[in-house]
Amino acid sequence: MASEIDETNRRDFLMIATGAFAAVGGAAALWPMIDQMNPDASALSLASVEVDLSPIEEGQAITVVWRGKPVFIRNRSKQEIDEAMATKVEDLPDPEARNAAISDDAPASDVNRTKKGKENWLVLVGICTHLGCIPKGQRIGDSKGEFGGWFCPCHGSHYDTSGRIRKGPAPRNLDVPPYEFISDSKIKIG
Amino acid sequence: MSHESTYKPNSNFEKWMDERLPIIRMSAEISSFPTPRNLNYLWTFGGILTFCLVVQIVTGIILAMHYTPHVDYAFDSVQHIKRNVNFGWLLQGIHMVGGSMFFLAVFVHMFRGLYYGSYKAPREILWILGVVLLLLMMATAFMGYVLPWGQMSFWAATVITNLFSAIPLIGESIVQWLWGGFSVDNPTLNRFYALHFLLPFMIFGVVVLHIWALHVTGNNNPIGIDVKGKQDTLAFHPLYTLKDGFALAVFAILFAWFVFYAPDYLGHPDNYIQANPLQTPPHIVPEWYFLPFYAILRAIPSKLLGVIAMVSSILVLFILPWLDTSRVRSAKFRPLYRIFFWIFVVTCLGLGYLGAKPPEGNYLIFARLFTAYYFIHFLIVIPMLGLIERPKPTPNSISESVLGKSKGGGGQPDAVPAAPENR
Repeated sequence: MASEIDETNRRDFLMIATGAFAAVGGAAALWPMIDQMNPDASALSLASVEVDLSPIEEGQAITVVWRGKPVFIRNRSKQEIDEAMATKVEDLPDPEARNAAISDDAPASDVNRTKKGKENWLVLVGICTHLGCIPKGQRIGDSKGEFGGWFCPCHGSHYDTSGRIRKGPAPRNLDVPPYEFISDSKIKIG
Repeated sequence: MSHESTYKPNSNFEKWMDERLPIIRMSAEISSFPTPRNLNYLWTFGGILTFCLVVQIVTGIILAMHYTPHVDYAFDSVQHIKRNVNFGWLLQGIHMVGGSMFFLAVFVHMFRGLYYGSYKAPREILWILGVVLLLLMMATAFMGYVLPWGQMSFWAATVITNLFSAIPLIGESIVQWLWGGFSVDNPTLNRFYALHFLLPFMIFGVVVLHIWALHVTGNNNPIGIDVKGKQDTLAFHPLYTLKDGFALAVFAILFAWFVFYAPDYLGHPDNYIQANPLQTPPHIVPEWYFLPFYAILRAIPSKLLGVIAMVSSILVLFILPWLDTSRVRSAKFRPLYRIFFWIFVVTCLGLGYLGAKPPEGNYLIFARLFTAYYFIHFLIVIPMLGLIERPKPTPNSISESVLGKSKGGGGQPDAVPAAPENR
């Protein structure tokens, strides 16, 4: 190769083409090995649950499991709803609704976190938005925090009766999962 | 490494590394390793086998993330992998077909060694490590086959572990120790899973020794004569990396054909029935790569002797370097050995065919004839041939056989295509 050192020849082309082919093939072979760790078909098929709300009396709450996560369902009292309605969005650390059913920039007013005509039902993913603990406030006797909603004992986050962060390290309001009323007293989450 | 090191650290970093962990020197020496210039495509199976091992380890670790080693869940978890897990059908298919491809490659690799006399001095240890690798592979493949917990899995586990019951006096205790109970059951499945995970890493370790031994003696080659100097060799890279790479690509086409078009062709449909300890399938056969050994086992009408014959059929390979009395390595220059080599190939294929047939009538007669010849080949034919055979004259050197005798001027002779770097 002494005399043709700078000239691009057939051999260079073949070397580069072979290398590129091997690199693309290797990268393509890598994808199945990465994707196999994603949620599989059996996990996705468990993506929705139906919940009968009729046994839940006013003021009571239940926790159901959706996609392996706790979902809080609370039948709020009149007083709790009024408190939530009265809170101004400007006073909230997180002003966004965090409701899967409406747009991301909707304000975190109580109506944006419930369904119209069903304002007594509050449905939330029961995972603290700080570091993933489950907040207290579901059981009778639990501390509900300073704002009457939920209190996360791990790092002291207080949520109000609309599940919105009011005090503590959590950055976001509790998420409202996608759900719909499939009858007057039955919801489908997911 | 047996060859003189030509590596010179270029940068300050390389010098610094070279005095602490000479890993760059090691890679440089591996890539410049002097390799006989006449290796044919049968020498690419070492690289293909390394590829197979890596594929089995990588896909195996992935399958382990989704598999459940419990008698109640194992079968379903494998179905779950094939049906639900993202690309599980592909990864499980690769692992399952990969076992067969691994054995296909190792058999070609071994017959290559037999034909070209690669087991002879000074490569005895290299060969023995290879036989150790074969035994480890067989153990790993057998235990892996048990994990899907189908009917064939269960009854293979039962039959193979029962081989140990042939051992006089302590046989029964050994079998119970292997089972962790009084039949193949959950403890058996659990320990087979743990060992199936462990053994590939032991194989990897022995492969390192195998390659180390190879780099001490250097490659054998198709004419079986020693490398005499620089003119006989080429650096491993780039010629042999590319030759290995090309062969690997062709091998991968066959591999991919099975994975995508016939993943179950090499398996047995009964293994898609969940294990039932109360019912043996009417016709038990091992995976194809065990068939010749299975045929030997069944050819002997005595439990203990059958097991001894089957085990000996592999153990005899350990002493092969000392059974062969011929000083010429390559069958190319051994007109009689070449005939007997092909008779031996037919014997092995015949045993493989008969291993899949019921042990009765003519099948049994032929299985016995082939079994007898298998041992006659190693214990009588090979030692005798070296004494009576008259080998053909071997070339003076590898370079002479490749390049032809140099014609006066000392330049490259016409028989060789123009120097490849100028094309």
